[in-house]
Amino acid sequence: MPEKGLSEIETFRIEVREWLQKNCPESLRKRWPDPFAEFSVLRKLRTGDSALWLEAMITKGWTAPTWPVEYGGGGLTRHQNAVLQSEMARVNAPEPLLGMGLSMIGPTLLDLGTEAQKQAHLPDIITGDTRWCQGYSEPNAGSDLANIQTKAEDKGDHFIINGSKTWTSGGHLATWMFCLVRTGKYEKKQQGISFLLFEMDQPGITLKRIKLISGDSPFCETFFDDVKALKENLIGKLDDGWAVGKRLLQHERSSIGNSPTQPSGENLKVPQLVTMAKQYHGEVNGRIDNPELRTNIIRHLMNRKAFKLTTKRAFDEAKAGASSGDTTSMFKFYGSENAQIQHELMLEAMGTNALAWEGEDFSDTELETLRSWLSGKATTIYGGSSEIQLNIIAKRVLNLPE
Amino acid sequence: MPLNYSEEQSLLRDSARDFFTTTLPVSNLRELRDEKNETGYSTDAWRQMIDLGWGGITIPEEFGGLEFGYKGLGVIMEQAGRTLAASPLLATCALGVTAIVEGGSSEHKKDLLPLVVGGEISLTLAVDEQSVHAPFNIDCKALKEGSNYVLSGQKIFVLDGHVADELIVVARTSGDTTSREGITLFLVNAQSKGISYHPSVMVDSRNACRINFDKVSVAETQVLGTVNQGAELLDFILDVGRICLSAEMLGSLQEAFDRTVEYLKMREQFDVQIGTFQGLQHRAARMFCEVELAKSVVITALTALDDGADRTSIAEQASLAKAKVSEVFKLVSNETIQMHGGIGMTDEEEVGLFLKRARVAEQTFGGIGFHMNRWGELNNL
Repeated sequence: MPEKGLSEIETFRIEVREWLQKNCPESLRKRWPDPFAEFSVLRKLRTGDSALWLEAMITKGWTAPTWPVEYGGGGLTRHQNAVLQSEMARVNAPEPLLGMGLSMIGPTLLDLGTEAQKQAHLPDIITGDTRWCQGYSEPNAGSDLANIQTKAEDKGDHFIINGSKTWTSGGHLATWMFCLVRTGKYEKKQQGISFLLFEMDQPGITLKRIKLISGDSPFCETFFDDVKALKENLIGKLDDGWAVGKRLLQHERSSIGNSPTQPSGENLKVPQLVTMAKQYHGEVNGRIDNPELRTNIIRHLMNRKAFKLTTKRAFDEAKAGASSGDTTSMFKFYGSENAQIQHELMLEAMGTNALAWEGEDFSDTELETLRSWLSGKATTIYGGSSEIQLNIIAKRVLNLPE
Repeated sequence: MPLNYSEEQSLLRDSARDFFTTTLPVSNLRELRDEKNETGYSTDAWRQMIDLGWGGITIPEEFGGLEFGYKGLGVIMEQAGRTLAASPLLATCALGVTAIVEGGSSEHKKDLLPLVVGGEISLTLAVDEQSVHAPFNIDCKALKEGSNYVLSGQKIFVLDGHVADELIVVARTSGDTTSREGITLFLVNAQSKGISYHPSVMVDSRNACRINFDKVSVAETQVLGTVNQGAELLDFILDVGRICLSAEMLGSLQEAFDRTVEYLKMREQFDVQIGTFQGLQHRAARMFCEVELAKSVVITALTALDDGADRTSIAEQASLAKAKVSEVFKLVSNETIQMHGGIGMTDEEEVGLFLKRARVAEQTFGGIGFHMNRWGELNNL
């Protein structure tokens, strides 16, 4: 039992600590090389400790700690959530549920959905009963996202969709899609776009996996042939979906960069980088025995530290009500660029062994380093490329002329 | 402690901003330069700062100070940086006061600190002996003779060196030239017999001086800290100086950046504002990100001082701040000149003064390489 005289927040911390001790399965308290693959799985497909952990967290509402209790969220304040996150990090407890439901469409519905839409979708997002994918990019709409051509025709109580999307991450595993479609006429191409939700398990949807340079296939091409979306799943106004789409992108950027709204745990690769550098190059008096590599690593880690402090500062300023404005683009830009530098340094530190594609001569770390270096090249392209983020900073933050 | 300024600190920053823009605009530095001012700062303006209580901003209340903390001094120095204002804030309030508060006897504190608060004396630290900062390469010797020490040697690049009333001199009392052991700090009256001053004219038009000590006699009661064990005290004094200087540099680099963004909106070429060019927009946006990082390392370091963090973590924050802010100031000052084009090369335009200050401030108390290496060692890299 918590002692008397403790502040409310300290009492909360003790309760969280005791609860985690009891409910977080031992087998899950480790470092996951790819937590997303493990913990984005649908509720009904979970087995073993992963299922136990998810169910336990659902009862507390802690898969979505700060969302309102009425939809099944935890209803925690930012401060309480920070305590929960730090206690989870302390025992290496993994996030029980990951995915675009929690990180993108959920927050967007909380911002812009009707009450009926929130009630229809948020509870299933919180429990992992739905798994979401994103219908944004098209073959001719990448960085020029507003150039979408997929059409939705108004059929009274529903829309009929024809066209195609690409870079649909996890499309083959998803049960629902949120999608930008063209519904109306326009002078500027940002007009006449609508934001729709529909189920993936229906006739007319065809998926084709895309093989990437990393050998992995996390993305699909998605083709629509008379696919149906109910009117009640139109988010925002008809022809005014660009505003909704942009709001969602802000949530996406926050989840890619190191967002101030979700202070993330320590990047697991930092200690690995230093360990590898010393292992492959030797050490003298505790120093990496390669002056050039050492300097590059120090510079990177200092920038990384300064970046983390910036997320903390933005978080503290927001809490004190002195928000410094639209900085999500900065976090997305700097966070993703920094992650790539980290991968490059890992390769540099490990030499040719980290360039092996497969085989028993090479360690798991070596093989994983290569693959994550390759797949990491995507982080400065998706969610608005680095160049798009710099455009946004120039125009919206610095107010430079068009 | 959270990484933002309290309401009180924000109010202080606002009034400091008003003070420096009206009383000590950039043109004041130019006037000091052009008239070859011997003091190196406006004594009238310093008197006004004293009247505002800024001389004792970090000094404990029992000695008449405001005890407002390092974030308080930090926000003032940041605003001083915005107008490149020359003043004794760094040498007296950051270095000198810290040396006395941390290393002085109760007599030193009682005698000197109220005089600092009242603006009656100024202080400085004499440490460097060579062009590249190496604070433990000390050849300046202090030999014990009876109850006195006799000091001989040379110091260079002493900030406010020829105007300070009391010098904190780093000298060797034992050990060889590069050893951390055997260093002692002395509080030396500037008028002592055997001291000669040779002011250096630096590119940033700020104060610096070469000082020669020729058998200067100093009473043993003038030792700050412990004989032969001065290295830790020196580290801390320098770290406070580095952090406060980083705050000043942060103000200067923000001002240079703001002026550059305004220029991009104003200057027209090819019949359009040059700020419409993506080649310039992206460089400006990258600089924006770097400026945000610089703000974070400065407030973190000031917070560590106010929280009374342990010396190792203060050292780590000081080196992170000094290295990062120096790098960002270098980037911003270079881009400022480039983006202003030909006008930026003229003496009449003020942005050149920011470039000049950037390099002197970078080298003061350790450059980028010095602090990267130190941070690396502190982090076992």
